[in-house]
Order: sequence, then C-alpha cells, then structure tokens
Amino acid sequence: MTDLTASSSTTRQTARRSFRRKRIAGLTAPVLILAYLTYVFVAFDVAGLGERINVSNMKTLVADSYSYKTHVARDNRNGEMEIAIEGERKGRYAPGQAPSWVILGETTRVELGNGHVVELGPEVTYDVPGYGLITATPGRSGVNATLPEGPLPEWINASKNRLAVTTDAGRLTITRNRAEVFRYFNGWELFFFTLDSPYYGMSPLDLLRSGDYGAIWQDFWTNKMWRHGDVAWALVETVLMAFLGTFGAAMIALPLGFLAAKNFSPLGGLRFAARRLFDFLRGVDGLIWTIVLSRAFGPGPLTGSLAILLTDTGTFGKIFSEALENVDDKQIEGIASTGAAPVQRYRFGVIPQITPVLLSQVLYYLESNTRSATIIGAITGGGIGLLLTQAIITQKDWEEVSYYIVLIILMVVAMDTISGWLRSKLISGTEAGH
Amino acid sequence: MHQTTDAPQITADYLAHACQKRMMNMILLVVFVALLIGGFGTANARNAGGFLNGLPNVFDFPADVLGEAWERAHLLPGYFLKYLPSLIETVNIAGAATLIGALLAFFGALLATRGLAPAPRLVAPLRRVLDVLRAVPEIVIALVLIFLLGGGPVPAMIAIALHTVGALGKLFSEVNENASLKPVDGLESVGAGWLQRMVLGVVPQVAPNYLSYALLRFEINIRASAILGFVGAGGIGYDLRNTMSWGQGKFDEAAAIFLLIFGTIIIVDQVSSHFRNSLTHGRAYQDKGAIL
Repeated sequence: MTDLTASSSTTRQTARRSFRRKRIAGLTAPVLILAYLTYVFVAFDVAGLGERINVSNMKTLVADSYSYKTHVARDNRNGEMEIAIEGERKGRYAPGQAPSWVILGETTRVELGNGHVVELGPEVTYDVPGYGLITATPGRSGVNATLPEGPLPEWINASKNRLAVTTDAGRLTITRNRAEVFRYFNGWELFFFTLDSPYYGMSPLDLLRSGDYGAIWQDFWTNKMWRHGDVAWALVETVLMAFLGTFGAAMIALPLGFLAAKNFSPLGGLRFAARRLFDFLRGVDGLIWTIVLSRAFGPGPLTGSLAILLTDTGTFGKIFSEALENVDDKQIEGIASTGAAPVQRYRFGVIPQITPVLLSQVLYYLESNTRSATIIGAITGGGIGLLLTQAIITQKDWEEVSYYIVLIILMVVAMDTISGWLRSKLISGTEAGH
Repeated sequence: MHQTTDAPQITADYLAHACQKRMMNMILLVVFVALLIGGFGTANARNAGGFLNGLPNVFDFPADVLGEAWERAHLLPGYFLKYLPSLIETVNIAGAATLIGALLAFFGALLATRGLAPAPRLVAPLRRVLDVLRAVPEIVIALVLIFLLGGGPVPAMIAIALHTVGALGKLFSEVNENASLKPVDGLESVGAGWLQRMVLGVVPQVAPNYLSYALLRFEINIRASAILGFVGAGGIGYDLRNTMSWGQGKFDEAAAIFLLIFGTIIIVDQVSSHFRNSLTHGRAYQDKGAIL
C-alpha cells in the first residue's frame, strides 16, 4: 500500500516535471519565432513602409485595371484637336472623327456626362454643375483662369501657368500650350478591335451576320493595343519551356538515376560522381543556369527550357535514385528466375515499380515549372513573363498587367488540372507518392 | 476436352490484349517524342540565338567568370564579406516568408479540412483561395508590390509568403486528412474548445510532417528569394544583377556572388534534408515527405 502511494507520487512528480518541460518548450518556440520576426521586420524597416507606400500609384493601378480614359486635347498654338484612347498613338481617332460625346467644331464641345460640359476653343470653359462656370484663355501670359466666387475647392489646382480640375466626371488640365480633357469609362478599351478596324464598335450579332470571319479574326488577332497573337504565343512559349524542361530532364535523369542508386550501380566511384552531379545541378539553381545559358543562346524559350532542364535533371536524379533504392527485389528475382536478360529484368521488374512514383513527380513538377517558366521568362526574355515585366515597366498599361496576371493564373490552373488529370489517369489504382 | 479448346482461346485473347496495349503505348510514345522534338524545334526557332550556334559558346561565360575569379582569387574573401549582408537579407526574406506563410497555412489548413473546420461551409471557398494563392507565381505579386512599395526586401517577402500559404496550406490539409479524429473526439467529450482540440489533439499528430514540409519550402523559398532579387526585390540577387551589368573584366564580384548563392543553397539543402529525414523516418512516418 505504502509502496503504491510512493510509486504513484514519484510517477506524479515525473509527470509534473515532464509537463513543465513541455510547457517551457511550448513557450520557447513562439517566443523564438516572434523574436526572429521582430528582428527581420526591423532589418527590413517594415515600420517605414507606411511612408514608402505610393498611394497615387496604387490608385492608378486599381483604377486602370477596370477602367480606361479617353484624352481629348487641343493644341492652343494652332487649334488642332487630338482624340486618343489612353493618349496612345495606337488608340488615336482619325482627324475629323470623334466619339459621340465629343462634338468637333470651331470650339469643340466635350460632354462628360451628368451635366458636366467642357468647351475647348481659344477660350476654354468647364461648366461644373453645382459649382459654376470655369473659364480660361490660355496664351503667352499664362492660363488666365477665372473661377466662380468663393474659396478655391481642393479639387481645383490653379496657378499662373497651369489649371487642373478633377471631378467625378473627368479631368481638365490647361497649360499655356495645351488644354486636355480626360473622360473615364469602365472596361478594357479596344480589347477586340482597334479604331482603324472596320469592325470597331460593331455588335457581336452584326459581326456574325457580316460573314467575313477571316478578316474579323485577322483584325482581332493583330489588335495593336492588346496584341492577342503575341500574347497567345507568349503563353505557348511559357508552357513549352515547362514541358520541354520537365520531360527532357526526366529522360536524362532516369539513366543517371540508375547510376546513382546503391542497388543498381556496382561502381562506388560512378555512384558518387552521379550524386555529386545532381547536387551540383540543383545547387547552381535555375537563376544561375538561366544567366549562363542566356549568354550562350540569347533570350528566348530555348534558353528557359534548358535552364529548367538542367536544374530538374538534378532534382529528378535525386528523386529517381531514391525511388530506385526502395525498389522491391522480389519482383526482379521473379523475372530473373524465368531466365530474363538484364534489360528485360529492368523493363519488367523495375520500371513497373517506379513508374507511378516517377510519373507523379514529373507531372507535379510540370505544374510547378509552369510558374518557374514565367519567372525565368522575365529574366531571360521570353514568354508571358517578359510581356508582364514590360507592361509593368511602362507603368501605365495596368489593364494589360491585370490581363496578363489573369492569363497567367488561368494557365497555371489549367496546367495543374491537366497534370492532376493525367496523374489520376496514368496511376489509377496504384499507391502514388506525392 | 473443354479445357483444351479454351486454353488456346485464352492465350490468343491475352496476346491480342497485350498486343493492343503495346500498340497504344507505342502510339503514345511516338506522339510524346514527336511533341518533344517539335517543341525543341519551335523553341529553337523562336530563340534569339540557335542551339547549335550557341553550343560552342556555352562555356565561354563560365570560363570568363571562373578565370577572372581565379586571377583575383585573393580578392574573393573580401567580396564574400562585402556581399554577406545581402546574402543574409536573401536568407531572411526566405526565412520570414516561410515562417509567416507556414503560420497562416497552419490556420488555413485547419479551416480547410473537412472534419476539423469549425465552419464547414467555408471549407470549399477557402480551398479555392489556397489554390489561387498557389497558382500565382511569386514574381507577379512581387513586381506589382515593387511598384507600390518601391524596391527592397518587403515586396519579395510578401510575395513569397503568399505563395507559401497556398502551397503549404494544401500540403498541411492533406496531412490533416490523415490525422486520427479520436483524440479530437476525446477532447471534445471533456469540453475542450476548438483551439484546444486542435492544439492538443491534432497538432501532436501532424507536427513532424508540417515541419518537414515547411523545411522543404524553406529550401524552395531561398531559391525564389534569390531570383526575385534579380528582378529588383533586394538581397543578393539584386547585387548579382548589378555586378553582371559591369561586364567583362569585372566578373570577379559576380563570381563571388555565384559562389555565395551556390554554397548557401547546398548548405541549406543538406541541413534541411538531414532534419527532414530525422523528422519523417525517426517517427516511423515514411510517406510522401520522404520522397519529396
């Protein structure tokens, strides 16, 4: 009885001690994580992020991704009008042509909607409902603006040589040489046809009825603003890089994997060499391979493919050789007992065992490499990655950036679905590694 | 009598079936090889320089870089020290992104696993969110954030962390699905709340696999962090781009950076694979974690 209580009390003590130890360990982990994150945040100056964040860039980005603006500009020196979507040459209206809300004439009338009317002529006026009439006669002496009585509202920015009025309906900027109106619209401008195409502004039904499907497709495919043909090629290039890199690497890595597997490679030296080769290929990494290869082959999809191929030969070699080392000998012995030659032993004894693991790995990497190919494309100059970086560098075509982002996500999701479907199709019923 | 007529029939059927199967496999193989060859042809045609033209030059650049590094080998230790802070920044980007991503993925996975989620209705939408996070390449988020926040390590960290949430969230929730629900039921029967059930009932079962996957992610994220640096997000990749642009005759600093990246990746890979092995094999848990 006393024995029992004594032993139970020692048990309790051990339990308590172990609980305490666990509790301390359980506390140290979060504390360490917190300490590390604090250190990193201080090192990265996360606190200063609030000042660095560029709010106006963010506004442009968000606004541009779902809306576009049409510029209506008058050159005050010669009275010439220019109307262009996003102010780009590719979106310019032919002289004498204008959208329905612009009435060209001696003084051009621009209707911004909701009663906002701007008249562009030697004298520029902007009738803002609820505020009054703003007039300006830009010339050598300045913009000479007259504003309604009262304090200057904050949406008007006036100085001697510049007047900027920003309202919900649009934006008017007047300098000595130029008066310019922006009107904003929702959507992506000229997505299907540019202004020079006869099909611009036609309804889908009219397009169907017109019957010139070849010409319609041609105009859409060569759309100068959105370059659908180039974008499609860029997507194909990116998928191609992933496909060639992944499967090329798998085909090279399979024989090398046999060399590196303990149970198949009798020569220790060869095994060691193969393993170090895999480590080297993986360690040098896609970034460095991309740089090295683009020096030799120039920018393009081939360089990207080879960079993925080299990196993944290392990865696959390692995976394959590990899979080969886990192969069950009984099947090989069984095949050997029927008098099979070595090649047949490999073909029927080994390959069926490792195929599920290999295929599922390769297909998994196919999806992941589609993402890598986007990044490698941005570095080496090929595929959708290049288009994306170019569009971001211009810092104004954010609708194109959003378009590319959507396409990239769709592309990756599609590759993910295809590789998942293939995986289930090819490896159905067998236990598959991840 | 009956059997003797049947046996050749079966043999013939089997052979026909095997032949058909072999035909199918052959056709698939031919299609695949044709795709591969055609693909290389297309890629070659669309590349700025052709494969055969470039092949003799493959070793020119590495030879230049290594040659210059060799010539001025005495300068290398100095360069290593000079670029050590950038290297630490790259490692920190990967480390912080992995930590933040893993923490978010931990909760995301619990909320996205049927049977464990407190709100079963949220499981499907949350999985879609994880899918999208996984699908977006880091570079997309990084480039947009660089535009908004300016260059530096923070955009890269956020971009990698978001991708990590998606990738780890999926793997974690797969691990969760294999966890036994008995401890959870037991804890529930004594009145434990959701968080207590998860921390005391689920986490001890899944922690080794979680850690193993997170370590693997860290290996991947180090590479991603170096690459993102190259497109302008700070760290050693950024320095690499700058030193590369100095051109021939000044490649010794680039060589030093190459060596730093190479060494770091090798060391992190070795250390992490050692820990992953002890995590997964040490606890008789030899599954997918081991092969990855």
